[in-house]
Parts: sequence; structure tokens; C-alpha cells
Amino acid sequence: MPIRFEQKPGLVVYLTVGDPDLETTHKVALAALDAGADVLELGVPFSDPLADGPVIQAASERALKAGTKLSDVLALAKELRRERPQAGLVVFSYLNPLLRYGVERFCTDAEDAGVDGVLATDMIVEEAAEYLEHLRRHKLKPIFLVAPTSPDERLKKIAAVTDGFVYAISRVGITGTQSSLAADAAGLVERVRKYTKLPVAVGFGVSNAGHVADVGRFADAAVIGSAIVATIEKVGRAEAPSSIARFIEGLRPAVSAADPAVSQK
Amino acid sequence: MVSGMETLSETTPQQVAGRFGAYGGRYVPETLMAALEELEHAYAEAQKNPAFHARLDDLLHNYAGRPTPLYHAARLTEHLGGAKIYLKREDLLHTGAHKINNCIGQGLLAQRMGKQRIIAETGAGQHGVATATVCALLGMECVVYMGEEDMQRQELNVLRMRLLGAEVRGVSSGSKTLKDAINEAMRDWVTNVRTTHYLLGSVLGAHPYPMMVRDFHRVISKEAKRQILEKENRLPSAIIACVGGGSNAIGAFYEFIPEKDVRLIGVEAGGNGTTLGMHAARFRGGSPGVLQGTYSYVLQDDDGQVALTHSVSAGLDYASIGPEHAALHDSGRAEYTLATDEQALEATVTLARTEGILPALESAHAVAECIRLAPTLGQHEILVVNLSGRGDKDMGILARELKLKGAR
Repeated sequence: MPIRFEQKPGLVVYLTVGDPDLETTHKVALAALDAGADVLELGVPFSDPLADGPVIQAASERALKAGTKLSDVLALAKELRRERPQAGLVVFSYLNPLLRYGVERFCTDAEDAGVDGVLATDMIVEEAAEYLEHLRRHKLKPIFLVAPTSPDERLKKIAAVTDGFVYAISRVGITGTQSSLAADAAGLVERVRKYTKLPVAVGFGVSNAGHVADVGRFADAAVIGSAIVATIEKVGRAEAPSSIARFIEGLRPAVSAADPAVSQK
Repeated sequence: MVSGMETLSETTPQQVAGRFGAYGGRYVPETLMAALEELEHAYAEAQKNPAFHARLDDLLHNYAGRPTPLYHAARLTEHLGGAKIYLKREDLLHTGAHKINNCIGQGLLAQRMGKQRIIAETGAGQHGVATATVCALLGMECVVYMGEEDMQRQELNVLRMRLLGAEVRGVSSGSKTLKDAINEAMRDWVTNVRTTHYLLGSVLGAHPYPMMVRDFHRVISKEAKRQILEKENRLPSAIIACVGGGSNAIGAFYEFIPEKDVRLIGVEAGGNGTTLGMHAARFRGGSPGVLQGTYSYVLQDDDGQVALTHSVSAGLDYASIGPEHAALHDSGRAEYTLATDEQALEATVTLARTEGILPALESAHAVAECIRLAPTLGQHEILVVNLSGRGDKDMGILARELKLKGAR
């Protein structure tokens, strides 16, 4: 499946799989896609999420307590692929659960499930040669992060091996909401575009329609994570799918308000 | 073997420095890569700079109290009735443990990089105290992350850090111990990376930390080798050191690695049982994986989730181990054994009452192995125990565990 952003900016929605349980994640995922999300990042819960803020840390803890495993994430992806053939599906994980599962086995199963791409938070390009071989053999797109601190030489290296989209971190720091989008983000997107024709998605701290509109002025897609996860926690199992649908639809005025001339690739 | 492990071990080790056999490397969020490259570069520059070395040597000598004695523990030797025992007295250093060696080195490096804010993690509090000390000395801002459980069991060190002007931030996630403190320090670093140096306290984390921290502790084995040759005109049969992350052990081992007749014995925390969660013996219950930036042995479950650990000593209570130890383990050059909580407590009493030396509970694990091993060896054999720290900080635990109150 190609990863496509039909509207500008596109919407990438992150979910910690298994928080609060797999059934809820499944329903929320469908609701998010039907409300306009282009890509789902299926987050694999990990015991030591050192790049994450308190919201996703707590979600990971709940998901692990509920017994969520990597195999559950892949099973969910398979279901979603069957139910929504056009959705972009990315597995978002820390490295260790993938290593323990076995990278080749993971890639085989992810391909079988219809996953489009894989993002491993703590995998850097210099260490990735064999990881990339496994992914490519199974037609999985390797997605890497670029950060405001990444010098141009690193952006070039990262862009050369990334596929699907480039994930630009909006600011230095961990995941979580913030009141306004850092000025770092636009500069980073501009720099990375020198090295890639791929869409660039901006995440970390993107949490409302205003942020999405801001991102739409200079990037191709916005990644919403902690704001979604926090909403699920707040409203609970029964309300989560409808609340998330409303939340994502609420981002839509911003979606259509973005100037297409600027974000056109 | 899980295929993922083979995958990583074959992942282009030549592309990235900081490999020890299959282990080590760099597994961090991209945001930190520029800082790691900056640190690697600054460290390489400093190593070539005579002024840096002069300042480091001066502080190690006049401030920290190096060289530390290599002390012949005659009463302990007699008590055990076997090998002749020497103690490398890192416990006599300023702040009470070997940790100061690395803190002075990295503190000076941070100064060279123009970073005025220092963050650190601490388990037993010895690294936190040493970091707070060096920050006071160099006039730097200092924030130390410490698990809440460790803050309770090492309260004295929390108070010391605060007195020295450091801010101690309690960490309430996970098991509230060292691993969780490192997670929180990494989160701070990723947020404040432009102004902050992360003064990591062990041979853990992403390259260049395992190499750099080892280099700052090499002085232990440099001195010990010279001292044992002066005193005995021969090398010891074995060097024994406790291993949490493994900084005192790698420092004590390093100069002896080429000396094939010298056994290198690392002692892990056996805690109070062999079940996962009851101990911190990575080479008994662990398998290769990535935790907090490096590829090494990790105590983990079948899904790659990192296990909880237990040890009476906060400084050994950690789910992974320095990658160079993983390589020394796999090559067979070093041996790794364990001592239980109970054995460490007994060793503390034995050393206190035979030599009048109160070891840190961490170091007591090495003493416990010495107590086990010495009687099995002849009197012509020599054992060197790296006494990495002193036990004053542990008085609260010792009072409780040994029921000292009201006892004689």
C-alpha cells in the first residue's frame, strides 16, 4: 500500500496499541480512519519509553498491564488492513521488542499483515544496514526521524534511506503537548526538503486544529499522538471511538484552511 | 537465539565506533545524535590536549586523593586461610567511591564544550554525590535524577547532594530505581540537549560513553598493576570487582586484560532469588538486547520488555550491563559470578570486623566472592579486590538488615 496524504496537510494518528485494551484500540483506529486520518501509527508498548512524555508513558504502562504483545499489534494491523484497504499503517516501536521477536520474523509477519512502514524510535541510520535489508526484503517502508538538532549531513543520510514519509520532530524534547508549535519545525522541514521529495510529516507537540493549520503551512502532514492518547484515557472505553472521531473531525477545518499552494509537492 | 539478535550483531559494526565485539553501538532518538557526535569529538580533542590531562591529573591527585592505596588485608587473609588478599582502596577517594574519577573527567569535558548545566542519574547516590561535588567545584548547575525507592534507601546521599547545591529529582516510574532514573535523565537531555551535558555514571549508554567512562576509570588498574608489581614483583591470580553497570570493574580490569594469567572476576547482584525480578544477574538470566542506547545483555521477558530487578545494593540494581563486559563475557576473558544479598551483608560484617573497613554494599559483593574464593587457593596466590566504595551511606540498610540496634 502506498502511504498517501489525500488532503493537505495529511493526518497521521498515533495510538498506543492495547491502551486500555485491544478492542478499544481497534474501534478507535477505525473511527480515526473514517474521520479523516491518512496514516495510523500503531504504537508497540514498551517498558522503557525514554523518548516519550508522561501521557504515552502511562499509556504504555496500561497497555503492558493489559498484556499487549507485538503479535497483538500485528494482528490488529491485519484486521485494519482487511477492513480499510486504503489506510496507511505504520508500526511504531522501540527497538528491543522487535529484536526479541526477531527482525526477520517481524518483517515477515508485518508484510503478511499488510503493514506499510516501520518506525523504530531508537534506531539510527548508522546502525540500520541490516535492519534496512530485512525491511526492504518484505516491502516495508523504513521511516526515520529527523530532529531540529540533526545537521544537514545527517538529514541527507536519513533522507537517503527513508521511505513513505519523513517524520520531522517539531522541537527538541519528548512526546507531549505544548501550547504553540516551536519555530524549530519550519526550519527543519525546509532543510530536509533539500534532500528528499518524500512527504514530510511534523510531530511532537502537535495537538489541536491551530497546530495542524500551522504545520499545513510548511509541511505535508501533521502527526497527532499524545493529544489522542490523552483523550482516550479521559473519556474511557465506551466513549473513545466517538470522541476521537469528533476530535479528528475538529482538526478538519484546519485541514481545509491550509493553503494548498504552499504545501503542494 | 532469537534472529533479531543475530541481526544486530551483524549490523555493520565497522560503520559505528564504540563496538565491543557484537555489543555497544548507538541506539538513541535522533535528537541526541548531534550531541553524541559533539561529545565524541570533544573527547577525542581533549585526549590530545596536554592541558586537559594536566588539569585532570592535578584534580585526581590533589582533590580526589589519587593514587589510592593497594592495601594488604593481613587479618582478612589470615581469617580466610588461603590466598593473600589486597584491597584497592577506591573507598578512600573524595566522596567515598571510584565514581569521582569519571565525574572529574566529564566535568572538565563539559566545561570545554561550554555546557553549564549538568544532569546525571544515580542509583546508590555515589555517582550523584560525585557529580554534585564536581559541579560545585566547577561552578555548574546540577540536576540529579534518582528513583524514589533509591532516595529512601540512600537518603544520606540525597541530603549530601542537596547540601552540595544539586537539585535531586525523584523518579516514580517503573521500579523507581536506577533504570528509571536513566530514562528520566535521557528525557531531560533530549529536551535540553543544546545547553546540557549528560554526565552518565557508568559504562552504559550510547557511544562514546562506555569507552569514555572506562578511560576515566582505567587509572584504577594502572595504579593497581604498578602497586602489585612494587609490592610482590608479580601479578595477582585474580582481580575481583562488583558489576552493576560495570564502571569500577572495567576500570579495575582494563590494564590486566592483556595479562592472560590474571583472572578477571566480575560479581553481579544475586539478590534474593533466581527468579526473574529477584536479582540483577544479567549473565544468569539475561539475553542480548537494546536498553538505553546500547546493545548488551538485558534482563527481559519473552516480549522484549525489560524486567524488574532486585538487589540490596542500589548501585547494582540494574537490568543491563556495560557492553564491554558483554564482550569480555562472551570471549571468556572475564568470568562473571554473583553474590546474594545475604552473602554481601555477611561480607560487610566480615570485612568490618577483620579489617576495620566498612565497604559499600556494592563493593561487599566483590568481598563476598573473595571470601568464597580465597580459601580454595594456596597462600602463594594473590587476590586483588577492588573496594569501589565505602559503606557509610548504607548505615540505614545495615542497621535494619543486621538488626544492629540493641545488638552487640
